[in-house]
Amino acid sequence: MDLSLLNSFHLDVLREIGNIGAGNAATALAKLINKKVEMKVPQIRIMGFSEVNEVLGGAETPVVGILLAVLGDISGYILFVLEQRAANTLVNILMSKKPDEEMEYNEITLSALKEVGNILTSSYLSALSVLTGLNIKPDVPALAIDMAGAILSVPAIEFGKTTDTVLYIETEFIEGKDRVIGDFFLVPDTESYIRLLDTLGAMC
Amino acid sequence: MADNIIKVGMADLNYTRHPGVLVTLGLGSCVGIALYDKKIKIIGLAHIMLPWSHQAKNIANKAKFADTGIMLLMQKMTEAGASVNNIVAKLAGGAQMFSFTGSSDMIRVGQRNVEATKAVLQQFHIPVISEDTGGSYGRTIEFYSEDGRLMIKTIGYGIKYI
Repeated sequence: MDLSLLNSFHLDVLREIGNIGAGNAATALAKLINKKVEMKVPQIRIMGFSEVNEVLGGAETPVVGILLAVLGDISGYILFVLEQRAANTLVNILMSKKPDEEMEYNEITLSALKEVGNILTSSYLSALSVLTGLNIKPDVPALAIDMAGAILSVPAIEFGKTTDTVLYIETEFIEGKDRVIGDFFLVPDTESYIRLLDTLGAMC
Repeated sequence: MADNIIKVGMADLNYTRHPGVLVTLGLGSCVGIALYDKKIKIIGLAHIMLPWSHQAKNIANKAKFADTGIMLLMQKMTEAGASVNNIVAKLAGGAQMFSFTGSSDMIRVGQRNVEATKAVLQQFHIPVISEDTGGSYGRTIEFYSEDGRLMIKTIGYGIKYI
């Protein structure tokens, strides 16, 4: 099925998938940092490759990206993109330092961030698993600190093999009123989002 | 220089006559293929995502692949007056943004993109006069018609011209 054939009902179902997954991950994050974490209504982004770069406030914005392949009954990627400042705060809280202390990227802080990615994506995917009854697991996390465009292009390239559009289920996390923590991107491949819709009875 | 700046997105290509600047932002594993006709100062830039079109199911967008992308860009540039004999190439990108230890098959796509690009350019007898490829970091590139210089901007690895 072509992405352009998705109707508004399908999009609502995909948005709900984002809601449930990210909701679970937000709870996990709130526990981890002992702070209230809000999330925005998930956005389903269906776009051409030339637009991918513009997501996340510009292609050159430096971010921390934690990418995991999704395994099991569906395949694709799950990407957690953290604002650098938020990554800094997060690591400091986890390591019992002052929240605004300057963080150094080293083996310890990087592996702390990976672990955060691991915990959050696992909660996201386990919620999906419960919802759909499908077996969905994350692979080992990989981390990169770089330009948002370069990081977002990685799952896009996988789409490139079969289509000219990508589908991102994006959910933004916010702490307090407006401090953006980061964004979750679930990027199921073409067969997988059809399977997700199908399992939830949304394909007829 | 403020005028005629053309952005080239992912899986996209474009060219311009002098004066002009072609820009592509946040190259990861993709490769920026910068072609320059030094005689008449026509520059072209392709931002390819994947190595070979025959390995893909959907090849509607030619700018997506190294082989069809180079072919299409060459065609456009020669139609605009560039001569194959005067064209030289500079390459940037082809990084591996994430190092996976898992079972992903995405490994080395950057390297494969660079290899395919070079193989195709060789078929056209276009020399690669400089490159900044590989590594594990993203690049923004700006390509100037003035002298064919290619600026490469990174986070943490500075700015350089090739």
